[in-house]
Amino acid sequence: MVTKSLKARQDELAMGNKQLEILNGGLFKEGEIPYFKDKLAQIDKLPLRPKKLEILQINVGYMCNQVCEHCHVDAGPDRKEIMTKETMQACLEVIKNTGAHTLDLTGGAPEMNPNFRWFVEEASNLGVKDFIVRSNLTIIRANKKYHDLPQFFKKHNVHVISSMPHYTRGKTDKQRGDGVFDKSIQALKDLNAVGYGMPNSPLRLDLVYNPSGAFLPGDQKAMERDFKKALKADYDIEFHQLFAITNLPIARFLDYLIASGNYEDYMYSLVEAYNPAAVENVMCTNTISVSWDGWLYDCDFNQMLGLKVASKVQHIKEYNETLLQNRNIIISQHCYGCTAGAGSSCQGSVI
Amino acid sequence: MSDSYYDPADLRKFGKISEWSEELGTKFFDYYGKVFEEGALSAREKSLIALAVSHVVKCPYCIDAYTKDGLEKGITKEEMMEAVHVGAAIEGGATLVHGVQMMKKYNKLSM
Repeated sequence: MVTKSLKARQDELAMGNKQLEILNGGLFKEGEIPYFKDKLAQIDKLPLRPKKLEILQINVGYMCNQVCEHCHVDAGPDRKEIMTKETMQACLEVIKNTGAHTLDLTGGAPEMNPNFRWFVEEASNLGVKDFIVRSNLTIIRANKKYHDLPQFFKKHNVHVISSMPHYTRGKTDKQRGDGVFDKSIQALKDLNAVGYGMPNSPLRLDLVYNPSGAFLPGDQKAMERDFKKALKADYDIEFHQLFAITNLPIARFLDYLIASGNYEDYMYSLVEAYNPAAVENVMCTNTISVSWDGWLYDCDFNQMLGLKVASKVQHIKEYNETLLQNRNIIISQHCYGCTAGAGSSCQGSVI
Repeated sequence: MSDSYYDPADLRKFGKISEWSEELGTKFFDYYGKVFEEGALSAREKSLIALAVSHVVKCPYCIDAYTKDGLEKGITKEEMMEAVHVGAAIEGGATLVHGVQMMKKYNKLSM
């Protein structure tokens, strides 16, 4: 079980350019499997262009109370990158005028940013239709000061999306650390207690499943059925939807794939499962991702690889939606993760 | 050319068998795909049956494929091992039931 981020371990895979070197080399360079750009060219989608902006995803910092083995952010308690109030202020200015209907806060554990509550209060007054906070669940039970988060989320009508790798203790703790399962169950009960996830409740609680290993997620609907049945029967827990998300070969998941000898097979699986129909709705076509220090990216994955948007406008302080709409989306071989099978996005499958 | 009979990388190349007989290969893979769709049995149940049969026919490619398929479908390791035992019990039973033939032959030949 890892206890430190790649960055704290001074591992070269903490660097985006090193990861890109791997993703562009090996099987792809040798011509064994095609580059992602070639697949897009076959369906006349090169360069990949944005559609209407729908989601503004803001990463408020890489600090997290957990050190999950698969984390593409390489988040953890040792990460000090935290969005300042000044950058949050710049984000608020953008949220006021954006055409996007969804605001999506992520991290790290976003709740660990000292200005998180202030930011949520301010942003919730700006009339965003769907205001998402990605909570890892255990943070709610990590410390007394977080115990009232369910009430806080409710007060601001926040849509909670939480990670839950499996409905069994063993699989969850193996991926996320000892004790994560029990804490997550308690946090889900706390959320249910204030109305989150209950049938017909407007307080949305969705769960994210991502595979705990070098394999792809199965059918989202079937997984949701299994999760609902098990969590209800064993713990009387309710939730709305399950989003099945593919692990992308970035940061700690890439490190795991290489160290376990699964990298080549995994890339083959992704390429084999490539579904041109999923390209139509990949999230980079309707999302802008903002990093803790205000830089703009096509998605959270490109953020972690250090691939800023290919636009004259690259920072939240100079944000211009019209100019950004006119960009080409930056792609590499990790993009196969979003087009495998039924596709994958922060909102689960895309077809 | 690999220097062993089984190479894990060959599994990825399974589809290539169609190159030397396109019609039969295509028919086989269409049939294969159809068999594993949700039907009267769920895709999950079919995956466990496939895993048990993979062990009985001792196909290392199939074992790799259906262990991964089981993981993708959220099947637990306990469920997978029980399926393997079902296969082993049938295989063991198939051997042992021939013991009746042996007993009959023994008795027939003995005074």
